[in-house]
Amino acid sequence: MVELLLPKNSRPTKGKVWPKPKAKNLREFSIYRYDPDEKNNPRIDRYFVDVDDCGPMVLDGLLWIKNNIDPTLTLRRSCREGICGSCAMNIDGLNTLACTKGMDEIEGIIKIYPLPHMPVVKDLVTDLSKFYAQHRLIEPWLQTKTPTPGTEWLQSHKDREKLDGLYECILCACCSTSCPSYWWNGDRYLGPAILLQAYRWLMDSRDEATEERLDNIEDPFRLYRCHTIMNCTNTCPKGLNPAEAIAEIKKLMIERRV
Amino acid sequence: MDLRTPLKIISGLGSNKEGTMHFWYQRLSALANVPLSFFLLWFVFSMRNATQADFSAKLSSPITVSLLVLAIISFTWHMRLGLQVVIEDYVTSEIHKVIALTLNNFFTVGAALISIISILKLSF
Repeated sequence: MVELLLPKNSRPTKGKVWPKPKAKNLREFSIYRYDPDEKNNPRIDRYFVDVDDCGPMVLDGLLWIKNNIDPTLTLRRSCREGICGSCAMNIDGLNTLACTKGMDEIEGIIKIYPLPHMPVVKDLVTDLSKFYAQHRLIEPWLQTKTPTPGTEWLQSHKDREKLDGLYECILCACCSTSCPSYWWNGDRYLGPAILLQAYRWLMDSRDEATEERLDNIEDPFRLYRCHTIMNCTNTCPKGLNPAEAIAEIKKLMIERRV
Repeated sequence: MDLRTPLKIISGLGSNKEGTMHFWYQRLSALANVPLSFFLLWFVFSMRNATQADFSAKLSSPITVSLLVLAIISFTWHMRLGLQVVIEDYVTSEIHKVIALTLNNFFTVGAALISIISILKLSF
């Protein structure tokens, strides 16, 4: 769905400037706020964080605001060490995890928005239910036809290595929500995160559903909306390469046709 | 209110198990376009200031005619494939999309046909 401008009721307005705390070293945060219970447009609030009193990461700053200035600021967070993917948001123009992004990596005001082009539930929390449904669609579990052995399904070290760079994905949705193709056709295009997962199962030497998996994603929209824009790889906070995984899927598709 | 589940929404009408050959042909035609573009540039450059008689003489060679016809087919085919992707990307309304895709097909076939017949007319 192409929307070059946000709908009128989604355009952020200038918000509140919260009072500066009494501190020596302050850092300014500019944060997207939206409350579905109010009928107002989203607004950009400005806060000042005492950096001597909080940790070094952007998430620390956000939690400092929540604890000391404005408890209504809403965000998801859990592990605070880049493994759960909950605190994915748009920081300084790039989708990333607030818990692994250092405040010192950003110059000037720290600007924070929710993940782009997703329905906003409140403030920095977006609705990812379609994203999760897309993950469900690719059936991300081991599928076999051979009778289950009495012990584990075995895998050689070499085959296990093929999953490196794929299994580390934490499904934070930074990549998918940075992809213009996913913005325009998110209902039909699976997006980089899900396709990286699809490739992870295609590459698993123990999985026997390769044919069905390829059939399931061979589609002008589900797979071929990827135009190698590379935003996904550029933004991945885990340093993975979804664009390469998608290219590899396309190669498999060609291989079984040509 | 949409009470469908997210899985129902994103499943749509299912995978159509196509798209690979479109992807492949787009790359094949792109590859073919490289030498054919150089040929066409050379041809146009070599025919500057030429009269219609010069063209007819030049086009009496079956190799030249074949390369020109090939260039037309490859360019228009590539254009059709590429424009189809652009339309699918950016046109959201189903009806507008179908109309745009149909016009894309008609225009491409028409443009290719007129170009090829013009070349053949000059060559015979």
